[in-house]
Amino acid sequence: MTSIGLAQIAIVLLAVIVAAVPLGNYIATVLAGERSLLSPALSPIERVFYRLAGVDPAREQNWLAYTMAMLAFSVVGFASLYALQRLQAYLPLNPQGFSGVPADLAFNTSMSFVTNTNWQNYGGESTMSHLTQMLGLTVHNFVSAATGLAMAFALVRGFSRAESPTIGNFWVDLTRSTLYVLLPMSIVVALALVALGVPQTLQGSIEATTLEGAKQTLAIGPVASQEAIKELGTNGGGFFNANSAHPFESPNALSNMLEIWALLVIPFATAFAFGRAVFDYRQGRAIAITMMIVLVAGVLVAYWAEAGGNPLLTEIGVDPSPGNMEGKEVRFGPAMSALFAAATTGTSCGAVNAMHDSFMPLGGLVPLFNMLMGSIAPGGVGAGLYGFLVLAIIAVFIAGLMVGRTPEYLGKKIETREMKLAMLAVLIYPLSVLGFTGVSVMLQTGLASLNNAGPHGLSEILYAFASATDNNGSAFAGLTGNTPWYNTTLGVAMLLGRFAFVIPVLAIAGAFAAKKKGAASVGTFPTHGPLFIGLLLGVIVILYLLQYFPALALGPIVEHFALLAGKTF
Amino acid sequence: MLSQIRPAIVMIVLFTALTGILYPLAITGVAQLALPTQANGSVIERDGTVIGSALIGQNFASDRYFHGRPSATTGSDPADPSKTVDAPYNAANSMGSNLGPTSKKLIDRVNAAIEAEFAAGRIDVVAADAATTSASGLDPHISPQFALAQAAAVAKARNLSEAQARAVVEANVEGRVLGVIGEPRVNVLLLNLALDRLQ
Repeated sequence: MTSIGLAQIAIVLLAVIVAAVPLGNYIATVLAGERSLLSPALSPIERVFYRLAGVDPAREQNWLAYTMAMLAFSVVGFASLYALQRLQAYLPLNPQGFSGVPADLAFNTSMSFVTNTNWQNYGGESTMSHLTQMLGLTVHNFVSAATGLAMAFALVRGFSRAESPTIGNFWVDLTRSTLYVLLPMSIVVALALVALGVPQTLQGSIEATTLEGAKQTLAIGPVASQEAIKELGTNGGGFFNANSAHPFESPNALSNMLEIWALLVIPFATAFAFGRAVFDYRQGRAIAITMMIVLVAGVLVAYWAEAGGNPLLTEIGVDPSPGNMEGKEVRFGPAMSALFAAATTGTSCGAVNAMHDSFMPLGGLVPLFNMLMGSIAPGGVGAGLYGFLVLAIIAVFIAGLMVGRTPEYLGKKIETREMKLAMLAVLIYPLSVLGFTGVSVMLQTGLASLNNAGPHGLSEILYAFASATDNNGSAFAGLTGNTPWYNTTLGVAMLLGRFAFVIPVLAIAGAFAAKKKGAASVGTFPTHGPLFIGLLLGVIVILYLLQYFPALALGPIVEHFALLAGKTF
Repeated sequence: MLSQIRPAIVMIVLFTALTGILYPLAITGVAQLALPTQANGSVIERDGTVIGSALIGQNFASDRYFHGRPSATTGSDPADPSKTVDAPYNAANSMGSNLGPTSKKLIDRVNAAIEAEFAAGRIDVVAADAATTSASGLDPHISPQFALAQAAAVAKARNLSEAQARAVVEANVEGRVLGVIGEPRVNVLLLNLALDRLQ
């Protein structure tokens, strides 16, 4: 670890916080339906959307209707994306002449993009036509993120309202999140990325004759427009197979920093937006601080692990001082690779600028554990906030048990029904991750996909199901995921991770919205100070370390000790 | 749920038009007008032929050129398209090795690469990037250490003095922005172009 590396990390995180505070205010304004800076330009478009869709923006929905609208939108999105991939050979804008995507891969990819996962069992530049990348993937990058933001604010309204039968209108939340937040920010970031060198063209490839006279085909396309929303929407699906490690996706240190900033800024901003929406900034600040502590802890562990180099390579004469460079780009180095890895898994982004599969055992443990925690530091767009609020409910409940009072969060009594729903949501994750991993390691077809033997092989499978369930999308990419077994099971894991989690969350939103708001008294447990932050961190550590320690012990932890003993596999 | 199908379909269509067609086309239009060099892939031409992109690494095997990092990219076998073979710096199929830190394959590969370079007398120390594959397989850069380590061998192949070769490397080292942002690096293609211009 060097002081320059730490300074690079600090610069990016500082830039995120500086922007997240005002952006949080803006997002709260937008989701409250208030007028904002961009209203004069965008409200006419917004009205056209509602009129054509037959939506009355003034009519709100109860939690069940809200959920049904969200599900209907996801089903239609899934079906259209599936059809687009299957039929791409017959559709225009296919300069490389790719054939239709096979059924199991198209299922996996559609599920992946509709759930904001962007797990990629395909190489973008060798599978998907420009039309599929634009119409299918870029669109879902926007709307799956907007759906996340909508659901987060449905839950926020559960806290901010009292005795309300409704929690907002899904179509309004979806439209406003896209038009007012994601689209304007994407335009700015996309153009900034082009200025830094990211291509944006409708060409399919460039033919070059290298200095040594060989032919080199450079895949290219409308990269910058997809890159911007890929990060801002915490989607993570790259234009190219190597994702943000590809020099066309991120040509230099500045584009790399911009991308990390873009993937962190909206999730942190939503924490501040929450504070404004419940009329108590301190509540949002407490959540943002907790998120930052978890994120920074992960970054430091990963940076420490990567900066030391690989002792097995040092032994045969490789200079360890620049760190473990296998699967890393020279222009990023270990500090920015570690920050990217922790940020992309602390959010549900899943873009990568280095290959996590080649990280040191404890370096790779960080992105893995970040996802096993459900990507909550700071979480995906929207998904981070609602995931975190579920943990806050559990933390307050535990605090209530300790002092023997009915637990309350923001004046809302937490009762049996809400606790059952919160636990249901939290338990879906280990069921999917550990269940599917367990079955995969027992099947020949599951093991045949491995790229690495020994404990690292278990880590590859565990990482895949953690990533899918968590709707992250990053990978220990050595695992060959494009097989009928993994295409199907990972698709189902993504489905469970998104919808089996969020339906209980929306039910909680409905239950809280209907409750009275109690006034704070001297006996109320304050949820904005260091005591609450400490409690929240304790709940996170206990909950997730207990669930996953056995699996982690058999994967990265045993690999770490094997490496120290000089053992290879 | 059925009553929500109509808004769902209409919304998908509208968002497709807005974010799937208008947005990328508008960005393309602005980028092509205002920033055509970057928007088209920072292409480098010499004597009228496209020799590559300043952003994408190329495979250098000749003694007369500085070499880039090992690359893990593959391509389809020209003899049998159903098989894949090693194809370093295949810019139509980016990928890393994805070998874990305790992989025997990784250790053996690095060992073989080091021995080959030492045997050819190209380098005397092993910089970390000289022995490892990059994440994309297309890394255009190497560390200044790796470039300087090759200087003597390249100078010999070109009948230059080692000092001349080192001077070209020094002139092509890109530093950190404001002394903090980024890592010191040398773009191998630009370095080799500068080398060709020397003679």
